[in-house]
Amino acid sequence: MRTRAHALAAEPLFWTTLGFVVLLLAMPATKPAFAALFPELDRPFYEQDSYFRLALAHLGIVAASSIAAVAVALSAGIFVTRPAGVEFRAITESVVALGQTFPPVAVLALAVPLTGFGTTPALIALTLYGMLPILQNTLAGLASVPGDVRDAGRGMGMTGAQILLRLELPLAAPVILAGIRTSVVINVGTATIASTVGARTLGLPIIVGLNGSNLAYVLQGAALVGLLGVLLDLAFARGLRGLRQWRPPA
Amino acid sequence: MSGAEQGAAAGGFRVRNLVLLTLFLAGAAGGGSLAFVAHAPNRLLSGAPVRLGALPGEALLVLSLLAALLLGGAFLTPRRAGHWVLGAAAAAFVLVLCTLAGVEASRFAAGAPPAARTSLGAGFWIMALCGCLAMMDAMHRLALAPALRMMGALMLAGGVAGLGAMGALDDLSIAKEYANRREALGEALAQHVGIVLAALLPTVLIGLPLGLVAARRRAFAAGLFPALNLIQTIPSIALFAMLMAPLAGLAERFPVLKAAGIGGIGAAPAVIALILYSLLPIARNVAEGIAGVPAGARHAAVGMGMTPGQVFGRVELPLALPVVLSGLRIVIVQAIGLAAVAALIGAGGLGAIMFQGLFANALDTVVLGTVPIILLALAADGSLRLLTGYAERVRR
Repeated sequence: MRTRAHALAAEPLFWTTLGFVVLLLAMPATKPAFAALFPELDRPFYEQDSYFRLALAHLGIVAASSIAAVAVALSAGIFVTRPAGVEFRAITESVVALGQTFPPVAVLALAVPLTGFGTTPALIALTLYGMLPILQNTLAGLASVPGDVRDAGRGMGMTGAQILLRLELPLAAPVILAGIRTSVVINVGTATIASTVGARTLGLPIIVGLNGSNLAYVLQGAALVGLLGVLLDLAFARGLRGLRQWRPPA
Repeated sequence: MSGAEQGAAAGGFRVRNLVLLTLFLAGAAGGGSLAFVAHAPNRLLSGAPVRLGALPGEALLVLSLLAALLLGGAFLTPRRAGHWVLGAAAAAFVLVLCTLAGVEASRFAAGAPPAARTSLGAGFWIMALCGCLAMMDAMHRLALAPALRMMGALMLAGGVAGLGAMGALDDLSIAKEYANRREALGEALAQHVGIVLAALLPTVLIGLPLGLVAARRRAFAAGLFPALNLIQTIPSIALFAMLMAPLAGLAERFPVLKAAGIGGIGAAPAVIALILYSLLPIARNVAEGIAGVPAGARHAAVGMGMTPGQVFGRVELPLALPVVLSGLRIVIVQAIGLAAVAALIGAGGLGAIMFQGLFANALDTVVLGTVPIILLALAADGSLRLLTGYAERVRR
């Protein structure tokens, strides 16, 4: 037990999560501190929404769009590497490369004329943009599976679906997960800016603070969202490490 | 008719280009059901949709002929000349779309007050996207070199710009918005490029040595890259915000800084944040590039009596150049997008126009600010890719 506690204490993910949760829950208690730091402000603490609710909404948007992005990108990546879809591979690769040149904030802004303000443009932009790194890594991961492995599977009498599920996807999993990590980290940032198009996220206090010259609001939002980005990245790093060490039970 | 052609003809009705067929179906579904343009009484109100079917018959005829040609291409035996024709037809399709939108806008403008606007609808964008993808597909099938593909894209962009220069698009809302804000847009563009360039030199000056040391010392790399990655995971607006407070404090304490225009808001925190974000791609690619230099080349250089500085300057850097340039490409493209966000902290640039539109619910202004940001990113990406390709050829 002692060693487990030690391992936990040495884990940056543990401390970041703890820090984020404590900060989130104790946010209302920091009010006097902000009042002392910013004596010139009438309202040194953002109270139009609770930070807890904003964090939930933020995570909700990121989770929904990331799940949709994973579903679409994974299916598309598998489709264009099968014989039936191989014709689409070249154009898919071009679109992925070209799409990643677009700044995420530009995709977000352009979603507004098409769908109006609110959570919808945020979800659309995050899903569309989030697909790109996942699709890129799905293609790279599947391409990195040695041909011998596929041949061996075929030789053992596996069907195409079995080769995909039992050999190709598990071998490509670390690369695909790395793509999901990039996608989620970008989406946390884009969701923050999405408060400019009417989505309620942790970016809202930052934007309200910037527009009203209230540096206290800005710092409160920035601290939470900064920790959230770091936290999710560390969580994926931990998951990747676990995945690389994992061996199927003999 | 050769035997092969007869065989193909006898093979009859078979899909030969699934990509083209899919694009045709997607374009037809989107273009047929969604608004082609929307007419609004002024720039702040949302418009009444006009579908493709409501456009004049002769205009539709040209569009349909081109679409039919593309559909036919999906069933023809692949041949080189055929792909050239299809690529050209796809480009022509996009140009005709733009012309149609412009003509419809002029028709509406003729009988409406000057404040009236015609904006492009989702149907237009879907068809234009499908047209561009069809052109891309043709270029892929022709196996054109990247430079030639880029030239194709530039020719299409030039065509659209030509239509604009001829005045064919003047009555579209985006053109009206451009006419109104021409000067502000030029200034914003200069500011935007200025922020990116101001961050670029320090990035290279810091990133190059960092990457170099990381390539030589494993322990240094093990500490450096996680730290730089940590910065990348902080959302841009949060990092900008976190820099505001200390910079405002510094400017308060040292009036010299304030006099130099450095403070909590404006370009200073933006440039610093851009540098922080840029260090990872540049240092990582420098380290990767140097690590990829064959040991033999290095030994030979040392054997010839080169100093460590000469080995770096004459052997390692030239050999690592393509990888370093691709890091530079990532940095510049990323910085163009980040500079747009920096408008929120008062750094100006094209993002200022974009956010101004978003906050005022003026969607034409949003498009006017956003499109140049994307074009800037695409141009930077394209030119640096060409440069990287050139460096690779020189290396060999």
